[in-house]
Amino acid sequence: MTDTITTKYTRADFQTDQEVRWCPGCGDYTILAAVQSFMADLGMPREQIVFVSGIGCSSRFPYYMNTYGIHSIHGRAPAIASGIAVARPDLSVWVVTGDGDALSIGGNHLIHALRRNMNLKILLFNNQIYGLTKGQYSPTSEKGKRTKSSPAGSPDVPFNPVSLALGAEASFVARTIDMDRKLTMDVLQKASEHKGTSFIEIYQNCNVFNDKAFIELTGKETRLDNRINLEHGEPITFGPEGEHAVVMAGGAAKIVPTNSVAPDEIMVHDVHAPNPSAAFALSRLSHGPYGPTPVGIFRDAVRSSYEQDVKQQLIDAQEKKGPGDLSKLIRSLGTWKVE
Amino acid sequence: MSDDTATLEATPSPDIEIEEIDKVIIRFAGDSGDGMQLAGTRFTADSAIFGNDLATLPNFPAEIRAPAGTIPGVSSFQVQIADFDILTPGDEADVLVAMNPAALKANLIDLRPGGMIIVNEEAFEERNLAKAGFETNPLEDGSLAGYRVFRVPMERLTKEAVKDTGVSGRDVLRSKNFFALGLISWVFHRPLETSIKWVESKFAKREEVAAANIASLRAGHNFGLTTEAFHHVYNIRPAALKPGEYTNVTGNTATAWGLIAASQAAKLPLFYGTYPITPASDILHELAKHKNFGVRTYQAEDEIAGAGAAVGAAFAGHLAVTGTSGPGLALKSETISLAISLELPLIVIDVQRAGPSTGLPTKVEQSDLLFSLYGRHGEAPLPVLAARTASDAFDVTVEAARIALKYMTPVILLTDNYIANGSEPWRLPDLDALPDISVPFQTEPNANGHYLPYLRDPETLARQWAIPGTPGLEHRLGGLEKREVVGNVSYDTNNHQLMTELREWKIKNIANDIPLLEVDGGEGAELLVLGWGSTFGAIRAAAIRVRKDGLAVATAHLRYLNPFPANLGDVLGQYRYVLIPEVNMGQLRKMIRADFLVPAMGFNKVKGLPFRVSEVENKIREILAS
Repeated sequence: MTDTITTKYTRADFQTDQEVRWCPGCGDYTILAAVQSFMADLGMPREQIVFVSGIGCSSRFPYYMNTYGIHSIHGRAPAIASGIAVARPDLSVWVVTGDGDALSIGGNHLIHALRRNMNLKILLFNNQIYGLTKGQYSPTSEKGKRTKSSPAGSPDVPFNPVSLALGAEASFVARTIDMDRKLTMDVLQKASEHKGTSFIEIYQNCNVFNDKAFIELTGKETRLDNRINLEHGEPITFGPEGEHAVVMAGGAAKIVPTNSVAPDEIMVHDVHAPNPSAAFALSRLSHGPYGPTPVGIFRDAVRSSYEQDVKQQLIDAQEKKGPGDLSKLIRSLGTWKVE
Repeated sequence: MSDDTATLEATPSPDIEIEEIDKVIIRFAGDSGDGMQLAGTRFTADSAIFGNDLATLPNFPAEIRAPAGTIPGVSSFQVQIADFDILTPGDEADVLVAMNPAALKANLIDLRPGGMIIVNEEAFEERNLAKAGFETNPLEDGSLAGYRVFRVPMERLTKEAVKDTGVSGRDVLRSKNFFALGLISWVFHRPLETSIKWVESKFAKREEVAAANIASLRAGHNFGLTTEAFHHVYNIRPAALKPGEYTNVTGNTATAWGLIAASQAAKLPLFYGTYPITPASDILHELAKHKNFGVRTYQAEDEIAGAGAAVGAAFAGHLAVTGTSGPGLALKSETISLAISLELPLIVIDVQRAGPSTGLPTKVEQSDLLFSLYGRHGEAPLPVLAARTASDAFDVTVEAARIALKYMTPVILLTDNYIANGSEPWRLPDLDALPDISVPFQTEPNANGHYLPYLRDPETLARQWAIPGTPGLEHRLGGLEKREVVGNVSYDTNNHQLMTELREWKIKNIANDIPLLEVDGGEGAELLVLGWGSTFGAIRAAAIRVRKDGLAVATAHLRYLNPFPANLGDVLGQYRYVLIPEVNMGQLRKMIRADFLVPAMGFNKVKGLPFRVSEVENKIREILAS
C-alpha cells in the first residue's frame, strides 16, 4: 500500500445501499462484515480502493462494498485487476473469487497474478462446491464427493489452494476460516501491508450445498485437535495441551507427539523465509480441511512488485530518452521531402 | 543485356547506359533463412529515401525455418517502385531474384514474360533441384528461354568479399542477401549509403557481421559495375508526390504510432494489453520501445487476459487497447461483451489473417468482418473501422480512439496481414492538427450529490467516466444488467429492453458523427465498385485502368463498417450494378444486401494474397461488357 493518508471510517461507510442477497446463514456474510470492518480500521480513503470479482456467489462481493468495483467475468478477475494495478499503482486493488472461479475457469490468470507479484490482494472464498449453479463439485471438492453432477462420486483429485499458490511463486500466502474473525482480521492486515500479490484462502461454509465442510476445524469438539495455528517465530505445536508438534523429516513436515522430540527439533515457523520449501511442506500436512490443518500465514516474503518495476521502467526511459516526442518518432525511420 | 545463361564474370568496361523507366516490380525470393525479407525491406527503404512511390508485399511461410531448399520454405518480398503515384505492389514482377531452385519454381509464375531473373547460381545443384522438384536444371534445359537470365556465383563472390572481415562458419554465407541487394541496387541505380548506415547501427555490437554485410553489399554493387551484362541499368525518378515530408511505414508501425498519437490527443496514458500472435506482435514490439511516452505494454498470460487487463486499465482511466489476430479475437469475445456492458472505452485491434482456426497465419484475409460485427453473445453492438492502407492505419487508429472515448464503447479496428507488413510512403501529418479527442473525467456528483454511472449525455448517449481515486464517486460496474441511469443490478425485463435499445441507439447514432461516403469518379457510371480495408489499392488502380479506355466506373471505399456512413444507401441507389471485391467469401456483400436490399455482386478470393489489379480490372470489364 502506498497511501499514507488515513480517514476516520466506520463499518457503515463501507456498506452500500444494495440488499445483500446471499442465502441466510452463508459464510459470505461474516467475511463481508470482517472486510468492511477491516477497511474502516485501515482508514485508507474509500476512493483509493477497488474490488474486482469474477462470477459465483462470492463474486457479488463488490456490490456490497462502498468503494470502486467491477463484477466481471467468470475467472477473469485477476486479469482485469492486473490491468488496474499496472495502470494505477496508487490504488489498493482487491480480488474476490471462489474455488470454481479462481481454480477452475480462471486458474491461468490466478497463477500468473501470483508469479508477477503485483499489488493485488486475492481473497479466495473456498466452499468446495459450486453454489451459484446449485451444487456441482468444484476443483477443491474431495475425491469421491457425491453431487448433482457426480452422483457416483467425483473422480477429480482436488487442488490444495495453498500448495498451488506457493508453487506459483506467491510471495504472500495465508489461510483463514470464515468463522474466525480475529484470524481473518489479522491476516487481512498482514496481506494489506505486503508488497505484491497476497493470496488468502478463506474456508467458507456453504450451508445450502456443502454444509459443515469445515466442521473439523470449526466444531467445538474437534477444532482444538485439528487447527494448527501458524505463528511467525514460534515452534509449531497444536492440540488442547500443545501435545502435537510439527517436525521436518525426510523432506516433509510430519506431526509427532511433542514429548517425543527434543524442543529444538520442532519446526519454528518463519513466514519471511526466502525459500518457500518449508511453507510448502506445511501446506502438505492436510489436503483439504480434514484432520490437522494449518491456518494463518504460510509465507510473507519480500520481492519487488510488478507495477512498481513497470513504473520504474517508464521513469528510466524518460530519464534516458527524455519525454516522448511524437514528431521525432514519426521521423525516426528516415524521411525525404517532396517539393 | 544478355540472353545467354552462362555464368557472369566481372570484366571491366566503361560503357554504362542508363535507361529511364517509370516503374519496376522486383521480387526477392529465397529460403526463409536467406534474408530475403531484409533485402527487400532495405531496397524499399533506399528507394523511399530516394523519393520513389512504392508499395510492398512480403510473403513468408508460417514456419520460422521450413525445411531448407523446399517450396514450403520459400520466402519472398515484392516491391513496386515508381515515379508516379502507385496503389499496389503490382501484379507481375519485372525482376525475380531467386536464391535457390525452390524460390525460382515458386515465383516464376508471377514473373512477366521476358522478365529478368537473377539467380544465385551455385544453389542450382542436384540436391536443391531435386528438393524443388526440378528433373533437369532450368538454367541448362532451355525452359527459361522466355526470360532474361543472369547467373551470378553469389556464394563464391560473397565468400571472397567477406574473407577479411572476421566472420566465419555459417556467418560467411549469411551475407549473400546483401550481395543480392547490392547488385539490384546497381541495376536500379539506388544509392547504398542508407543501407550501409542501417547495417552499421543494426550490428553495432557485432562489428564483424556489420563489416561482412557491408562488404557483400559493395561486392554486389561492384559486380554490377564491372560486369558488362549489367551495363544497361535503369533509373526510376523520384515520384511527383504531393509536396511534403515522407517516410516509409508499415501498417503495424503506423498503428502503433497512431496509438501513441491518440494517447497524446486524448491526454491519457496508453495501455496495451496483449498476447503474442502473428501478424499483430509487431505492434507490441513497436510500442514496447516507447516507454518514454508513458506507454505501458502488458504481455499477458493469454489473449483473454490481454483484453481483461485492458478493460481494467480503461476502468482505471487509461487509453486502453488490446491487439490480436483472428483466433485471439475469438478468445477476447466475452471480454469485449463485458466492455460493452460496462460502457468503457476500449480499442480492439484485429490484424486479420487467413482462418478458420490457425489457418494461414502469415497470409492475408478479410474474413473477420462478420465476426467483428456479430461475434459476441447477446445483443452486443460496437463500432467497427477498417484501415485501407499501411499509412491509413495511423489516421484510423486515432479515429477509433476518438469514437471509443466520446461514446464510451469498445471499438474494433480491422487491419490485415497485407496492411500490417506491407509498406508505403506516408506523407507525415501536421501533428498540431491532430484533433483533441480528450474526454474529461467526471469529478463531481452528477445527481443530487450522487454519482449515477449510467446517466447519459443526451446527445451521444455516452455515460460519464469516473475513475478510481475520485472522492465521492465510488461506484460498482458489472456484467449483470444495470438499471438505466442508476447502474444498480436490475432484473426488470422492461429495463433490459430499454438498455438493449440504448446500447444499440448509441452505436447507430455515431453515423451522424462520421464523414459521408465519398464516391471516386464515374460520371455516368452504372457500376459502383465498393470495397473496404486493404482492397483499396487494387480497386482504385483497376478503375484507373478501365477509365483509360473510356469506360465509366465509380468506386467507393468504406472506412466505417459499423455504423455505415449515413449516405451509403443513397450512394448504392445511384448505380445499376454494385460489385464488392473482398478477400473473403462475401461478408460485406451479405451486409449490404441485408441492410439495403441491393443485389450486390461479389468478387471473392481467399488465396492468402491480396487482389491483383488485373483481377479486379478484368472483373470490371466483364461486368461492363455484359
